[in-house]
Amino acid sequence: MDGNDMKVKAGLAEMLKGGVIMDVVNPEQAAIAQEAGACAVMALERVPSDIRKAGGVARMADPAIVKSIMSAVSIPVMAKVRIGHITEARILEHLGVDYIDESEVLTPADNRFHLNKRAYRVPFVCGARDLGEALRRLGEGAAMIRTKGEPGTGNVIEAVKHMRMVSEQIRQLCALPEEEVPGFAKEIGAPLDQALAVREHGRLPVVNFAAGGVSTPADAALMMQLGCDGVFVGSGIFKSSNPAKFAKAIVAAVTHYDDPEILAEVSEGLGDPMPGLDIASIAPAERMQERGW
Amino acid sequence: MMPLNIGVIAMQGAFREHCRMVVRCGAQAQAVRRAPAPDDAPLQGLDRFDGLIIPGGESTVIGKMLAESGLLSAVAACGRQGMPIYGSCAGMILLCDEIEGPGGDLLDQPRLGLLRARVRRNAFGRQKESFVSHIPVKGVAEDMEAVFIRAPAITAVGKEVEVLAETCVCGVTLPSAIRQGRLLATSFHPELTEDTRFHAFFLSLCQDYARQKAAA
Repeated sequence: MDGNDMKVKAGLAEMLKGGVIMDVVNPEQAAIAQEAGACAVMALERVPSDIRKAGGVARMADPAIVKSIMSAVSIPVMAKVRIGHITEARILEHLGVDYIDESEVLTPADNRFHLNKRAYRVPFVCGARDLGEALRRLGEGAAMIRTKGEPGTGNVIEAVKHMRMVSEQIRQLCALPEEEVPGFAKEIGAPLDQALAVREHGRLPVVNFAAGGVSTPADAALMMQLGCDGVFVGSGIFKSSNPAKFAKAIVAAVTHYDDPEILAEVSEGLGDPMPGLDIASIAPAERMQERGW
Repeated sequence: MMPLNIGVIAMQGAFREHCRMVVRCGAQAQAVRRAPAPDDAPLQGLDRFDGLIIPGGESTVIGKMLAESGLLSAVAACGRQGMPIYGSCAGMILLCDEIEGPGGDLLDQPRLGLLRARVRRNAFGRQKESFVSHIPVKGVAEDMEAVFIRAPAITAVGKEVEVLAETCVCGVTLPSAIRQGRLLATSFHPELTEDTRFHAFFLSLCQDYARQKAAA
């Protein structure tokens, strides 16, 4: 991949920073998201909490849904493909979506390999629970990273865990003498060149968003406090009692994450957030974050 | 002399990159999310700055948040008083007085409307049409590295507007950098490169303004 290619791929993610990317399943929801101030939308057939309920195999959305959402809004449109599904990715690239999420929310198509994301003109975002996973995805050509969290739960604890883990491992890596870096990279399963690049810059070389369980303005601001560059909200908006109001409040909370006065104001009288799930109530085999290698 | 103090609008988008460029050029940068002095109409405390930058990001998001915070009218008032303002990409869109969609239809979205120019959003297409090129920018450099990301372009300008750079869009050459007095706008993102020359040029306008302010 040439440097310019990565510059425009990672560059779009830079433009999304400080913003909220919202899951939508139809053009009407997309219009509500845009009106509320979403910096992009994720076009899906079902939001993660419904995918969780429905069970079975979750796949790429119907291209008709993706196209109708693309024509309903002027902001960037993202869509999800199954892990390793080369063809779903080619279809979405052909449709002209602005970003592809190779996502554990859908049922993986390959039990060993993620996509070779360098082979596409469209940029990819991928989930990660720790630094090794993030760097494996960057090694494959991802241009943006997000925490995995535990999608569809409305429970932010896993996203917090993953964000703290990545930050802690970056601090460890930066403190190591250079001769210990290859051993550390091997231990966390990271490509050595990626680990060296992180050590040189003291941070991930791409934008890192929070995802997987963010459901209130306070959750979104918390993830920003922990150092995320922006937030994905999946089920949290359209499963709340007042989506337009929730969406707008979460947008304000991400911009003003360190301003308790504004956070208090936007959190007031929002109505019910989406119903939440205790992570312990989900059997380990049912946890979406376990998907991916 | 005090270093120049530049306010970077930080509602959403690549504001940190602009702050970094400003600091690399030897000036101070401050992220602006709220009016520094909301009761002080019409500039709401923005007059403490020697110039303002509106970053790339989503123009609909930045415009709405500026409008809701009351900063939209304050930034526009600063521009009308002669304060230098630079907008890249989404910032360019917000500075123009007419905004059209990729199909040429006029859009109704919050804006500053300071530049007598018509801007087309996503003029080059969606993300897969994003690109990098090297272009001459009048008075700045012969070979600016220009990163275009879902970029806008200018489709019409008033006589007070000077075109600093042009780029070919689907066989048609359109302005991609313009100037009107101390207002600057680019379709592309110098803040995503290591090339500080465009920011240095903007800061030279801020320097003139600061001198003029000090003399008044």
